[in-house]
Amino acid sequence: MSILEIRNAQRVYRTPEGGTVNALDGVSLEVDQNEFVTLLGPSGCGKTTLLRAIAGFEHLDGGSIHLDGVDMIGVPAFRRPINTVFQSYALFSHMSVRRNVAYALEVAGIGKAEREGRADEMLELVGLSGMGARRPAQLSGGQRQRVALARSLIARPKILLLDEPLSALDRQLRQQMQVELKSLQHEVGISFVFVTHDQEEALTMSDRIVVMRSGSVEQVGSPREIYRRPATRFVAGFIGETNMMEVKLDGSGLASSTGGPSIRLFDGGASGAATAVIRPSDLSLGPRDEAAEGAIPGYIRQEVYLGSELHFMIDVVGSDVPWRVTARDEGRHYANGAEVALSYDPASVHLIRRAV
Amino acid sequence: MRRQRLFLVGLLSPVTLYLGFFFFGPLLIIGVFSFLEPGLYGGVEWNFYHWNYGRIFGWADGVIEWYEPIYLTILFRSMLMAVFTVIACLVVVYPVAFWVSRLPERMQLFFMFLITLPFFTSLIIRLYAWLVILKPSGVINDLLLALGLIAAPLDMLFTRFAVVLGMVYVMIPFMFLPVYGSIERLDRSLIEASGDLGARGWQTFLKVVLPQTLPGIAGGSVLVFIPSVGNFIIPDVLGGAKGLMIGNLVEQQFLDARNWPFGAALSMVIMAVVLTVMLIYATKVVRAGQQVGDA
Repeated sequence: MSILEIRNAQRVYRTPEGGTVNALDGVSLEVDQNEFVTLLGPSGCGKTTLLRAIAGFEHLDGGSIHLDGVDMIGVPAFRRPINTVFQSYALFSHMSVRRNVAYALEVAGIGKAEREGRADEMLELVGLSGMGARRPAQLSGGQRQRVALARSLIARPKILLLDEPLSALDRQLRQQMQVELKSLQHEVGISFVFVTHDQEEALTMSDRIVVMRSGSVEQVGSPREIYRRPATRFVAGFIGETNMMEVKLDGSGLASSTGGPSIRLFDGGASGAATAVIRPSDLSLGPRDEAAEGAIPGYIRQEVYLGSELHFMIDVVGSDVPWRVTARDEGRHYANGAEVALSYDPASVHLIRRAV
Repeated sequence: MRRQRLFLVGLLSPVTLYLGFFFFGPLLIIGVFSFLEPGLYGGVEWNFYHWNYGRIFGWADGVIEWYEPIYLTILFRSMLMAVFTVIACLVVVYPVAFWVSRLPERMQLFFMFLITLPFFTSLIIRLYAWLVILKPSGVINDLLLALGLIAAPLDMLFTRFAVVLGMVYVMIPFMFLPVYGSIERLDRSLIEASGDLGARGWQTFLKVVLPQTLPGIAGGSVLVFIPSVGNFIIPDVLGGAKGLMIGNLVEQQFLDARNWPFGAALSMVIMAVVLTVMLIYATKVVRAGQQVGDA
């Protein structure tokens, strides 16, 4: 059952030059009970505007937002049973950690003993027991992040909004928090709507990802769907590294490109124009003379050693951009310019069909 | 190390010399004079004489001078008027500062220029303008009479009200700048976070905005309070006999009564009292400010 329903959300900004920008251009979205949804996209795609509209900080120029069946248009932020974790955390520096966490209860007029008890419970939930008397300034970045989480969960909102909350943390802490956020969400059973421009973050945590671009939704799907079956070239390029090639389908089971290699397909019945998408990890590299039939011929342009993995840039005949290949380091070394061939499982090739 | 120290001494010596000659020197003279016998026609007789302070605090020699509680009363009243001035300035300035801080940057700079604009005109001229506005046949009374709201002109000039009004007018820039500074630094997401967590506008103001901008309020209050307590020009022009402040008393002792030692004693008392009040205030605010300042 969906708890949040957004229909055809519109928001127009005026630029300083006098023009207009559609920050939200007809966005529709549903969030289910207890679901972790990520709004993913580059900066300026409208994801933060959408989040702020849900929170009640921005009005919409058109469309509707329903929370649990209740129309939210015109409802001020302080009346919405929605809480937000801000990018900067926005902790109140003049209050103790405990009072920060209890703030929602304080302004709701709940007695001091009860709200402090509940604040301490929340602090325990996020792993900060005993830190209640400190001030936010005395905490590390990761700890402040947890305070912000505890503060926004204490009133048990119907939805928790998170505005790039991990972007200020260093890489290691960020990865740890990704796992913790996900398990926290399971524990509290509240729907999370998470905004990020980091595709890895989105893949790690989400039940569903909403990929946005210039105010519209490009694709909605599970992380696997988004990664494996991107609906548009934009999604394919934004999520993970990828190789793309314009191809023609003629129903023969082969996708042919002009001047470039042909690619064998798993299900080649269709015909028309399409973009073939092959992930770097789905390609395997071998010397040209050992290659099986149908492998894509190319030349080594560059080899990058990354410890557990090797990244190759391959010049493929007939392709303007080099292809990327990821391989396990098996001690094999290729000289630059070496003749190689890329083999693949036809089932791993994804086609983005062009509308005819 | 040695060179750095020499450099530092070089940099700090102008201010040290200046304050030494023109502040601590005169202060010392006033301090000494306050314990000397007044000369018959001005100046001092070099005899130790504690009755200057006695006249203020409750003992006097009873021959030439008598104790009058009026000096302490006027000092207390002056401080009260200064407090009113501070509060009025704050009430006027706070919403304006908030509004200005939300303007586009270029408009903010223009507004800062407007705030400092009165400094381009002489204080005396600006005060006489108030005289014209407030006098019985002045702009306000003429307007109210013409509208039929009053039957006879209001007595606004030469009252304590007029003095406070004038002081608020003169002191507003000194309140505006620090208050604006702290409001401008205020993180907007704190206001959003407070609303997000269910706080109404007034709750956000009392629990978040006000404590966060306390350092600016404190700084502005000090800057307005101190010159207000000892002010004598504004009450001179707008206060008349009823609006007399402690600063006028000091002025009269030096210029009219030609009792320098008594004027000096009054000055020392004003300074001691204001300093004490400010120290208490500052320690409280510094404590609150530290809480706001960290993070």
